[in-house]
Amino acid sequence: MRTRTGGTRTSTGGRIGQYAALLAYLVFLAFPFLWLVSIAFKSPRELGSLHPTWFPREPTLDNFRQAFDEQPLLRAAGNSLLAALGAALIAVLIATPLAYVMARHRTRLAKAATGWVVVSQAFPLVLVIIPLFLVLKNLGLINSLPGLVLVYVVWALPFSLWMLVGYVRAVPTELEEAAAVDGAGRLRTLVSVTAPLLAPGIVATALFAFITAWNEFFFALVLLKTPEKQTLPVVLTHFIGAEGVADLGPLAAAAFLATLPSLVVFAVIQRRITGGMLAGAVKS
Amino acid sequence: MTWVTATKRSAQGPPRADGGRRPVDHGAWFLVLPALIPILLLSVGPLLYGILLAFTDAQSGRTRSAQWIGTLNFQDLLHDTLFWESFRIGLVWAVGVTVPQFLLALGLALLLNQDLKLRWLARALAIIPWAMPEVVVGVMWRLVYNPDAGVLNETLRDLGLGDGRDWLSGLGTALPAVIVVGVWAGMPQTTVALLAGLQNTPRELHEAAAMDGAGAWRRFRTVTWPALRPVALAITALNFIWNFNSFALVYVLTSGGPGGRTRLPMLFAYEEAFRYGQFGYAAAMGCVMVALLSVLLALFLVGRLRGGEDT
Repeated sequence: MRTRTGGTRTSTGGRIGQYAALLAYLVFLAFPFLWLVSIAFKSPRELGSLHPTWFPREPTLDNFRQAFDEQPLLRAAGNSLLAALGAALIAVLIATPLAYVMARHRTRLAKAATGWVVVSQAFPLVLVIIPLFLVLKNLGLINSLPGLVLVYVVWALPFSLWMLVGYVRAVPTELEEAAAVDGAGRLRTLVSVTAPLLAPGIVATALFAFITAWNEFFFALVLLKTPEKQTLPVVLTHFIGAEGVADLGPLAAAAFLATLPSLVVFAVIQRRITGGMLAGAVKS
Repeated sequence: MTWVTATKRSAQGPPRADGGRRPVDHGAWFLVLPALIPILLLSVGPLLYGILLAFTDAQSGRTRSAQWIGTLNFQDLLHDTLFWESFRIGLVWAVGVTVPQFLLALGLALLLNQDLKLRWLARALAIIPWAMPEVVVGVMWRLVYNPDAGVLNETLRDLGLGDGRDWLSGLGTALPAVIVVGVWAGMPQTTVALLAGLQNTPRELHEAAAMDGAGAWRRFRTVTWPALRPVALAITALNFIWNFNSFALVYVLTSGGPGGRTRLPMLFAYEEAFRYGQFGYAAAMGCVMVALLSVLLALFLVGRLRGGEDT
């Protein structure tokens, strides 16, 4: 993809203005996160002092230790990992074939699926969660990770389909046709021609579904009742007391740790994600 | 949404020579069913069930099965001033977040589309809000807004702008404060979408306009914006929906306080359903939210599209 704007010269003054604006954006985007990191490494004494500074005067890991003592962070991370992995794998496994049909065939079914992808974005989750809560309760899947995985799969399907349709469109049909001419059956073509070409897109979609499930809060809050079952975002809110008073140090430390997996995964797939969404969205 | 328009566009174009229009044979069903069954059972089904629930007196933890009560929930809702106040706050929040989000994202996308140094850093940083769990975003900004240990008040003190205040507990400042967080959190997706739209604008036209001596603003108006418009409309509409229905951010920041000043409709409905157990009533709220939101969006999109034909 071309990123340069060639041909249009900008004056020096304009350039300076552009850099100033870019700098302002950098500061706006970065400062809350830097502050979180700063607080995570400050001692309780320093946090109590009146004039907080950007750099901890005596950096310490006490907050991290205390965070693990106060809340079952490891177990919560384990729960989050299970829910996110399960959701991502199942979502991609069932979404890829449907996305293939949606991208390659223009049938009523494909159109209905597209319509569902769009409409499902408009409904407030509360309208979905109440009936789901009742259904899962009847199935005995309330307060259980498998129940949460089921919900996450369905919730991840719209954007997974969206991305995957884009990736499928990017695979030239000529290749499939050539394979068909060579006498390969439909399934054979799919498995040995299309699937390998799609693999990077499928991985990117799975990782994106993983992050969204890892970060998800609302469903987990409603569906998981006992602390042993709760995922990381729900457990994080336990650091904040009933009156909104929080022990800032451990809270910041735990929040920082909870973010790391998402940031790492996202950094890895960033290019593919944006590419995939746009391929689905813009190319006609 | 963009994608729908894109499909439509290519459907109107000349029929393609490739196999894009093959009818689905029966073999395709085994490709479709694994996704179709969960979609029907866990998305479409519950949605319809949810709409039905809005016409019943369903409550949590009750042994007697729910009774059909017609439109009683909706009549109650009509006179529920707390709900309408919450709805109004939801609209203020959604507009207050979506508009700056769009403008800031457009600015950033235009910058990132230029050949500037440090662009890689901006791209990398722009990802942080996107990748972060919403709960962590909320926690983080609580630390920024904290009256004593927060960086905002400290900066104000350093600049000699007074002693600062308790942003999230102040009746007047709570809503603006959470709106800023909403803008921050949603900027990346919008930027990425707009950047893609920018990279799709016809470069030759841009260059030709520059040669004709058109200034930057004129080039933007006549070349960039027309090409960007579909993407901009789609992402704005989606942002508006997502923002109106958002929950986690404000739940963590203020839990709807102080005095309900930041109680978004989703928080209101959540409390109604899972704190007070009024499933039927909360479902009715959900229905009203969707219905009114659809009307607003339809008006917005029709207005925008008309506006496009005029200019």
